[in-house]
Formats: sequence, structure tokens, C-alpha cells
Amino acid sequence: MARRTIKVDYLARVEGEGAFKVVLRNGKVENAEFRIFEPPRFFEAFLRGRAFTEAPDITARICGICPVAYQMSAVHAMENALGITVAGPLRALRRLLYCGEWIESHTLHIYMLHAPDFLGYSGAIEMARAHGEAVRRGLMLKQVGNEIMTLLGGREIHPINVRVGGFYRTPPKRDLAPLAERLKWARDAALETVRWTAGFDFPERARDYTFVALRHAEEYPFNEGRIVSNRGLDITAAQYEDYFEESHLPRSNALHARLKDGKAYLVGPLARYSLNFDRLSPLAQQAARDAGLEPVCNNPYRSIVVRAVEVLYACDEALRIIAAYEEPERPFVAAEPRAGVGFGATEAPRGLLYHRYRLESDGTIQEARIVPPTSQNQASIEEDLVNFVESFLDLPDDALRQRCEQTVRNYDPCISCATHFLRLDINRG
Amino acid sequence: MDESAPRVRVIGIGNPDRGDDAAGRRVAALLRGTLPAKIAIVEHDGEATALLACLDGVEAAFLVDACASGAPAGTVRRFDVTAAPLPQRIFPFSTHGLGLAEAVELARALGALPKHCIVYAVEGASFAAGAPLSAPVRTAVATIAERIRAEIAANI
Repeated sequence: MARRTIKVDYLARVEGEGAFKVVLRNGKVENAEFRIFEPPRFFEAFLRGRAFTEAPDITARICGICPVAYQMSAVHAMENALGITVAGPLRALRRLLYCGEWIESHTLHIYMLHAPDFLGYSGAIEMARAHGEAVRRGLMLKQVGNEIMTLLGGREIHPINVRVGGFYRTPPKRDLAPLAERLKWARDAALETVRWTAGFDFPERARDYTFVALRHAEEYPFNEGRIVSNRGLDITAAQYEDYFEESHLPRSNALHARLKDGKAYLVGPLARYSLNFDRLSPLAQQAARDAGLEPVCNNPYRSIVVRAVEVLYACDEALRIIAAYEEPERPFVAAEPRAGVGFGATEAPRGLLYHRYRLESDGTIQEARIVPPTSQNQASIEEDLVNFVESFLDLPDDALRQRCEQTVRNYDPCISCATHFLRLDINRG
Repeated sequence: MDESAPRVRVIGIGNPDRGDDAAGRRVAALLRGTLPAKIAIVEHDGEATALLACLDGVEAAFLVDACASGAPAGTVRRFDVTAAPLPQRIFPFSTHGLGLAEAVELARALGALPKHCIVYAVEGASFAAGAPLSAPVRTAVATIAERIRAEIAANI
């Protein structure tokens, strides 16, 4: 009986430590496992006994790539528990900060981690020798994201200016003007990124995914919206645990999330885009169409183009926010502690990030629950491997292994966040 | 890069609050105000893409970072990275995906590596949150500052 194993013990170009193994028997996938072996990090336990005000700074430490997402889900959940609403310029500044993180995180993934898969290089350094102009563009574009983070967050990594209720300090209007000039360049560079990625060769593969993302009445989602799917789900963040559940599987230090009916689902750029195409700015919609994307995209290999469209949107949206910005009277809305439970879900670059906190009357955190996007995508990653590997079996082992890695990298998995990541075993039987 | 900006940079890399990881920044702090005005002193968190931007258009750069190779604490190594890549294994993993060694190689691949580019690495003893510099690293920091000052006086 013909058995073939495809195995990667330490996946490169992802955040954190993971592996995968695909076992094939007689040309059929017998088993596909995506394993996360990075040690668990116990953030939910660290949060117990800490003050509600500390959650944005503690949770930001979960990830060096998407700290804003953790801060945003944390502050929204706390504000939900404390019964306050943040509106106007403070809300707009939060969106602007999120634009910075999407630009930074997506651009890193597109140019440094994922493009080498499409252009046939082992990594960004090798790719840079032949594609110097593109890599320079990517680095400069990412730098504009860093600049937004520095201005609003206080520094490039692990911003320190976010608090429950708003910010410690808000920028005067004049500080945003130079950023707008940089963003105009970035918007052009993002448009060029969409065109560049659209020119790659994509395997023609698609799956009928259950997409899950936030949807807002007017905006492409960052911070707010109902949690919706393309199968009729339409709930608030407070109902999340009624519809999704996590379980521990021995192969992964990250809990696996599934819909309560046991089905896998997909969060992240593909889901967000397919559920919210009509909420993109006209410029981003047009760029997507020109890049050959339909309003719904079921081909995970094209996620790199969707990310580029989202970078374009983030630049466009950041410019809109800056143009409309009026300085708030106060940098934050004051919040008095009280007992209660709060729920928050926001759109991290990699997808939906859910937080729940239970507070005592003095604002001490009694219980915390955090469900990161990569935890939610693990089942979908394994299903992609099961569904797609068989169609690539004519490839020699090295190319097949590379294609499997590319399939995992479609997700821009953040294993450190999920720790809960990746080894690749391909067993052909 | 701004034409008026200094064309020589000393870049001290690290996290100021993680014990010996602060070594590079302490070298930068020691040199601040003691070098000719055309030489910029930069304290940097080590994020690779920002580091690349910091090297772009610079004629000469001296980078200082802590490392963890298993050598005795306070060991100072000097690398001329225009001649050869950094031995990647001696630098601690970056949590930001790309570290100093990758930043240097990306700069080289892009033709953006300064013509004169020296990396000083100091072996750390402890990278614990909130810890002060260890005694051997404190001594090494003063040594590196003195060596960079001498190199600049002799060559720049």
C-alpha cells in the first residue's frame, strides 16, 4: 500500500512555533494535522486579580504584531461591562490606530512572509536581491503603519497610550498633518501592492467556507459590529459563547474553536472581505475588481491580494479619519468600576478576536476569556490541507511540502497569539 | 533620507527594561553629547523594518546589541558586517519576526548597507524584566563606548 508522509517540523515565516503532518495512503489524505507546540502562556490566568484598567496593557503583550487588536478587544469588553460608550473623535482615533496595525501587520505578511511562496524564494532576503524595488516599497509602506502606531500608541510595538475609555493623550490636529502626507504616498504604494500581488500565479482552488466576521451598518469593520456569517449567523459579541466552543486537542497547545454544531469556520481577511465588500471604500472596491477579485473570494491562495486590498482600505480610511478629525475635549471617558460581565469582539489583522471579562465591584478581574483568530482558524487550516493536498500530488516532495507550507501561510497564522503553531509532516503512504 | 541628516549613526538596540538587553541603549546613552554633531545617536527597539529605515542613506553605522551565545557574560565581539553576515545564532530571538541579523542581510540585499557598518555584540547574563544591567555587562558597555569613540576618531 503506497504511503507518503509530508512533514514540516518547524514552520518558517509564521509567528511562533508550529508544525504540520499530512499522511496519504494510495493518493488519498488519511490525516492532516496542524500542530502548535509553542508552550501555553496563561494570559487569562495572569489577568485574574488585576485591575480592569490593566487589561489593555497586559493583553497587548500577547502579540508583538497585533497588540492593538488585543487592546481594542479588551477596552471594548471593559466598557461593555462598565456601561460606557466611546464615541466621536476618540472612537475615530481608535479606528486610526487599528489602520496603523493592519498596514503594519498585513504588509509584513504580504512582502516578508508570503510573497516568497509565490515568487519561488526561500525567504524575503533572497527575494530582495531580485525584487529590490518591491521589497523597498513593502518596507516603506510598513513604516507608515509604524508611524501611526508611534503617534497614537506612543511607540511602534506594544503601544502604551490606550486606556479603558479612550487614550491617555490625544494628538493635536497639527500632529496629524504630516502623517496625512505620508499616507497619501502609502495609499499609492498600497494600490501598487494590490496590482503586484494580483500578478502572482494562484492555484485555482476554492472551498465553501463558513465565513465569520464583524459587520457594521456603515463601516468596514475594525472595532464594532455584529458577528455574522454567510450561513445566517447574526449575533452580538455577548452571544459568542452560545454559538462557538473551544476544545483541547492533544496535538495543539492552542484550543481549537468550532461552531457548536462541530463545523469549522474561517475568520480573517477572506471572511471579512467576503462579508463586507460593500463596506469598502470605492477606491478599494475598484482596486479589488481590477485585481480580478469577485465580491466573494473562496480561494485562500488569493488571500494575499485581499490583504493588499485591506491595506489600501486602511490607508484610505486613515486619510478620511485625519481629514475629519476634531480634537476631543477630553482624552478619555471616565469609567467607574462596578460588578459585571463585559464582552468585546474586534477585527485583528488575522480575524475576529473575542474577549470576555467578569469584574468584581471594585473593578478587579475575576475571570478572563480570550479567543484569538488563529485558534479559530486551526480547523480550517487542517481542512484546507485535507482538501487541497490530493490535487497537488503530482508535485515532487519538496514542491509539495512547499505548497503545504504556502497553504498554511495563507492564514498568516500567529501561533504565539494562539498558543496555543506548526510542524509539517507529509506522509504519502 | 533628509539631506541634512547626519550620515553617521550609532544605533543602540534593546529593551530598556529587560536587564542586559538594555546594553546597546546604554552605550548610546553614554556616547550622547560626547561625539561630533554630525554623528547621530539613536536608541532603537530593534524592530527590523524600522532598523532598515534607520540605516538607509547612512554612510557609516555602529550598531550595538546584546546577544546570548553561551559565552561568559560581558564578552564583547566586534563584527564588520560589510565583510560577512552576522552569525545569526548568537542573537536572541526577536519577538517581532525579524531581528538584527535579518535586518543587516535585507539591507545588504537591497544595496542599502552602509559602506562602513560595524556591529558590537555584548553577551548578556540576565534578560529579566525590570532587572538592572549585570556587573560584567556594565563594564562591557563602558568598553564598547570607548572603542566606538576611538573608531570614530580614527576613521570617520
